[in-house]
Amino acid sequence: MCLGVPMQVKTIANDMAVCEIDGVQREASLMMIDDVQIGDYVLIHAGFAIEKIDEGEAQLTLQALREALDLGLMPE
Amino acid sequence: MKHQNEYRDPALARVQLQAIRRAVAGCDRTITFMEVCGTHTMAIYQHGIRSLLPEQVRLISGPGCPVCVTPVGYVDQAVALSRRPDTIIATFGDMVRVPGSSSNLLQEQAKGATIRIVYSPLDAVTLAEKNPNSDVIFLGVGFETTAPTVAAAVLTAARKSLNNFYILCSHKTMPGPMAALAGDPELQVDGYLCPAHVSAIIGANAYLPLVSAYRVPCVVTGFEPLDVLQGVLMLARQVVAGEARVEIQYRRVVKPQGNLKARNILYQVFEPCDARWRGIGDIPNSGLQLRLEYHRFDAARRLPVEIEPAIEHQGCLCGEILKGKVRPNDCPLFRTICTPEDPVGACMVSGEGACAAEYKYGGWGLGT
Repeated sequence: MCLGVPMQVKTIANDMAVCEIDGVQREASLMMIDDVQIGDYVLIHAGFAIEKIDEGEAQLTLQALREALDLGLMPE
Repeated sequence: MKHQNEYRDPALARVQLQAIRRAVAGCDRTITFMEVCGTHTMAIYQHGIRSLLPEQVRLISGPGCPVCVTPVGYVDQAVALSRRPDTIIATFGDMVRVPGSSSNLLQEQAKGATIRIVYSPLDAVTLAEKNPNSDVIFLGVGFETTAPTVAAAVLTAARKSLNNFYILCSHKTMPGPMAALAGDPELQVDGYLCPAHVSAIIGANAYLPLVSAYRVPCVVTGFEPLDVLQGVLMLARQVVAGEARVEIQYRRVVKPQGNLKARNILYQVFEPCDARWRGIGDIPNSGLQLRLEYHRFDAARRLPVEIEPAIEHQGCLCGEILKGKVRPNDCPLFRTICTPEDPVGACMVSGEGACAAEYKYGGWGLGT
């Protein structure tokens, strides 16, 4: 039930956004988050953006995962 | 989907698994982690993660499927409300097949009740606007991820001065049941994979009291396979080092302080109350009820109905499954009497229930 879908904000009007993922568009309320810009990725749950997705943190997590690969932690 | 491919990279998954194996290599006992959230349960089954982990690491499913922990009496009340004249029940799709004592909402629909499956609680408000001669009752089920959206629907209905919109409230909150289970001597949970999107709202700091009271490691973990593996690795490292801390694996979404704006909306409309969890029992302050100023939206107060006495199906082990004490295969009804087509217990109905997950993805050596 707590599924959230990461979607990209396409347009914003009156605290409502049209968001898109894989060509599917949905309207979502922005009343729970601040400072959303067009192009941002947000997490959509039940018609509301409940959080912004932090691109910098997403890259840092992936970088940490990849560093393990570079450190030679290879599978058996 | 954004980041989905990166967080499903098999090469990186193998590296994480190797790191987990190294982390627990010197450990001669079984380490048990509980994935609290139903969405984690589905992800773990879907990606076969149990079968990949070293044998010392055991994952058990917890009470984090809101449909599954909703008591049978709630379904009975919804069924009774659906039999009222000029009534529309609006609900997320998961709830319609959950068995009550003698019926469910889908059966009531076949008999003539009006049941509408909605995507957002705001859709239920729109239904009320478009059907001024009907009472529209939204089934308010879900944790802190969902409760703010229902609170926002109540605020919207109040702003529009609707007098035919109600909610039947059974919202529940974390981490109350995690504390209840951490204190259960039969369980021995060594660490929690904390729910991803509940934590987006309540923040990772919400687990600090749990960690200090029970010295149980907590890692807020995302729903993609690499997220889960990294979450398990972070928990394993804490356990091996004898530490108990709150960590965030799912940093791209979850912050220590959570989403204050969403919580403000939530607590403007709701206040904490004691709540009954199917399988676990009553937990103080683990539920939400409408505040006094919003009682006019409370279906339980405003639309009294006679409710049949609650009867749980004999032999159904959902309660023990929700506590992580038994697995779906241990239940005598599993795959025999209880199937997704004809479910007995809520864990088989919900798309995120442990039994539904085991039924769909189990049988591949993953269910042990």
